[in-house]
Amino acid sequence: MLLYILKRIVYVAPVALGVSLVCFMLVHLAPGDPLTAIMPVDATAEQQAEMRTIYGFDRPLPVQFGIWLGKVLTGDLGVSIATGRPVLGEVARAVKNSLILAAVATLIGFALGSFFGFVAGYFRNSVMDRLASAVSVLGVSVPHYWLGMVMVIIFSAQLNWLPPTGAGPGGSADWRPDFEHLRYIILPAITMSVIPMGIIARTVRALVADILSQEFVQALRAKGLGEWGVFKHVVTNAAPTALAVMGLQLGYLLGGSILIETVFAWPGAGFLLNAAIFQRDLPLLQGTILVLAMFFVSLNLIVDVAQTALDPRIQRA
Amino acid sequence: MIIGEPAPPPGGPTRDRGGPGQPLLSVKGLIKHFGQKKGFLTKAGPVVRAVDGVDFDVAKGETLGIVGESGCGKSTTARLVMQIIKPDAGEILFDGEAVGSRALELNAFRRQVQMVFQDSYASLNPRLTVEDTIAFGPRVHGATRRAAATRAHDLLHRVGLEPARFAGRYPHELSGGQRQRVNIARALALDPRLLILDEAVSALDKSVEAQVLNLLLDLKDEFGLTYMFISHDLNVVRFMSNRVMVMYLGKVAEFGPSEALFETPRHPYTGALLASMPSMDPDARTEVAPLAGDPPNPINPPPGCRFNPRCAKSAALCAHEEPTLLAAGEGDHRAACWLVDPSSGHPRLAA
Amino acid sequence: MAAIADSVALEPAPTKPSRGYWGSVLQRLRRDPVAMVALGVILLIVLAAVFAPWIAPADPFKGSMIRRLRPIGTPGYPLGSDELGRDMLSRLLYGGRLSLFLGVMPVILAFGIGSTIGIVAGYLGGWINTVTMRTIDVFFAFPSVLLAIALSGALGAGILNSIVSLTVVFVPQIARVAESVTTQIRTRDYVEAARISGAGGFTIVRVHVLGNVLGPIFVYATSLISVSMILASGLSFLGLGVRPPEPEWGLMLNTLRTAIYNQPLVAALPGAMIFLTSISFNLFSDGLRSAMEVRQ
Repeated sequence: MLLYILKRIVYVAPVALGVSLVCFMLVHLAPGDPLTAIMPVDATAEQQAEMRTIYGFDRPLPVQFGIWLGKVLTGDLGVSIATGRPVLGEVARAVKNSLILAAVATLIGFALGSFFGFVAGYFRNSVMDRLASAVSVLGVSVPHYWLGMVMVIIFSAQLNWLPPTGAGPGGSADWRPDFEHLRYIILPAITMSVIPMGIIARTVRALVADILSQEFVQALRAKGLGEWGVFKHVVTNAAPTALAVMGLQLGYLLGGSILIETVFAWPGAGFLLNAAIFQRDLPLLQGTILVLAMFFVSLNLIVDVAQTALDPRIQRA
Repeated sequence: MIIGEPAPPPGGPTRDRGGPGQPLLSVKGLIKHFGQKKGFLTKAGPVVRAVDGVDFDVAKGETLGIVGESGCGKSTTARLVMQIIKPDAGEILFDGEAVGSRALELNAFRRQVQMVFQDSYASLNPRLTVEDTIAFGPRVHGATRRAAATRAHDLLHRVGLEPARFAGRYPHELSGGQRQRVNIARALALDPRLLILDEAVSALDKSVEAQVLNLLLDLKDEFGLTYMFISHDLNVVRFMSNRVMVMYLGKVAEFGPSEALFETPRHPYTGALLASMPSMDPDARTEVAPLAGDPPNPINPPPGCRFNPRCAKSAALCAHEEPTLLAAGEGDHRAACWLVDPSSGHPRLAA
Repeated sequence: MAAIADSVALEPAPTKPSRGYWGSVLQRLRRDPVAMVALGVILLIVLAAVFAPWIAPADPFKGSMIRRLRPIGTPGYPLGSDELGRDMLSRLLYGGRLSLFLGVMPVILAFGIGSTIGIVAGYLGGWINTVTMRTIDVFFAFPSVLLAIALSGALGAGILNSIVSLTVVFVPQIARVAESVTTQIRTRDYVEAARISGAGGFTIVRVHVLGNVLGPIFVYATSLISVSMILASGLSFLGLGVRPPEPEWGLMLNTLRTAIYNQPLVAALPGAMIFLTSISFNLFSDGLRSAMEVRQ
């Protein structure tokens, strides 16, 4: 097992290096001199010259990448142009808020998706099955930013039940688990949960249908095991894959939350990214994307290892 | 060739170079080991000795049968001869010329050697009609569309499929026997001299199998072909072959004229194979113990004679020293067993 | 010849004429009501967008400061008016042009580029394959939305940049599918048979590989159109795609956000169009996949 984990890490290392290369290149993709891209418009000539030596923009690209990577590895993601504060701190605060939202959304999506998937898999071709497959198609086809707007229209503008934007009262930038803050997370979390719900429902339905059609379930029934016992068997057999899909969805939501966070003005990584783009704050853009992508890579690794540990059928020595 | 002559190979019309006495195919010291080579971050994996030093030749106009259990290396041998996979060592001479040499370039060789595979469905492109499949080879070698189509129709006729009805069909619209007839026609489309039949009838029903075997015999006469006939079915091999090669774990166990080999097998493995074969004739029962168990793993072949752990006549000698192919009986009957070597000191020889 | 008599007697040929693979796929697709309705909706949206100049009741750019945010059903404004008093119906019809173009174009480009990369890598195998696929793994380390936004964020707003970003997002996905189907086909006996009949790599790919891999890749690509529509409009929604005053559904949705209290139905209309298009492409793609999955 330990060997397997080590192997996976060795395999992930080049991917992580590639990811940082892509993030590094983002600044150089930007039209114009990368220096002007990472400096305020009103920077003086001395400031520019200073930055040029710090970043080594006069040196060849591979050398620049080496310098940049060295800084990143020590936690130095540069300084935000807009706020003048270190990027790492800004990103850390935002990612925390994003993580909370994405986790709540994933849990809602997992609960509802598993329910729909189980019912659909148990009663195949029933009305519930059709309904569940309709829900999963809707879940992956709906533009979630529009769904968010519709939620705001219904529950904030029309019914006035829940706040339309923000993470807490008075423009609170940090979400806390209290009643007031809870009201703010409901709409974005439900909106966001629609995507994983559809995907998890689809996965669980296929898993349950597959397990029920296998011979060992027939054998259990023949041995006189009750429906509850069969259900427990199905759950234990479907759980590893379903949980793995859930873990991956958490990663997708964290990285893909920018549109929903923009709709709800949720002070997370997506919202930060949006701000970075419009202020052309490229160090902030680069840092946020690097952190999110690395998070996604690590999550993939953890899910993979956990799934191998949980599922005795997978033998990947 | 009477009708539908294919584009004459640029090698020239004098296809028979060495005369009837020269073997059409001559294989010497063929070796192929599959396995993971040591690479960056990977350890060298286990090595499968699929073909481990094989010599044989195929005379012009004969059928050489190759038998053995699955995993004995017979299909690998076919693929090595076909140059689908590269051998680790060994020499393949076709009509006296080394394959891939300047005298016989790979493409010229391939025109003269073709192969029919076991799985009649997997060996046909599902998106091509029967006609397009057969015409593909001639088209590749420069025949016009019309000439290739004519050739395809002619061959369909010869393999017993009425061209008017079958030319436009897709593989899924054919039965297994019909598909294998198409595969034979495709193999013949380049007018080869040697046809390798790798378990070509094994997947067919018995009644269809008999028809296809008869077709193969007819075609052999008609086109002057030489066959390498690979099968695990001894009855079929005996019916088809002039000479037979028995393979065990990547090595030749016995080689000889079909009748002599089947009547007086000299290697205990051949005897065991024959004994485990279902026979209709109660007098044909032999005293040899039938084969038990699976063949040992080709990753770690046993020392000495590779058959010794399963052999009823095994002695201490067999576990230490590996016998080579030695003359055993009339003609070129040879067996790799200490029992055919009077000087080997095998205890059974004294008894 | 005895063999002919045998085969004719034992294996009577069906009398129905041969239909190619695509013929039978088309026939199965035609019997799928959901896929046919979805296709109908797609055609309707496409035709409406193409013929917008002829069917739109008003100029999509001409606003009126006194007729802003009229409700649905207002005389002269069948679907209301937007925040600048422009006719919503006309803008939605015209908006389909850019939205469809921005959504479909990246998939077409990625289909061309990704298939080429995947088929070449899959057919050649070896270290070329390893290097290509490891490079592609890097792009899979980014969630698609994040990668699309990161690229257009760095490149800057604009139609071309939006198309480029989304193409880069989809190329690795299509290439991975193309590589995996090609690797499967490459080891089939019929490819081996073609190789031993002396055909070169290019001919084998053209005759034996393409016909068998393009179908599955195409189906996968159609399933991406739905995602691409949502992402392309999403980029415009963020202000990264089309610039005002150009009519485009995502951008319209963004500018109408201010109207959710006054005219919620009008504000939600552009999103509903994105949703309708996206779900139609999804359902059609699902139908196409099941029509092709049947073992022939």
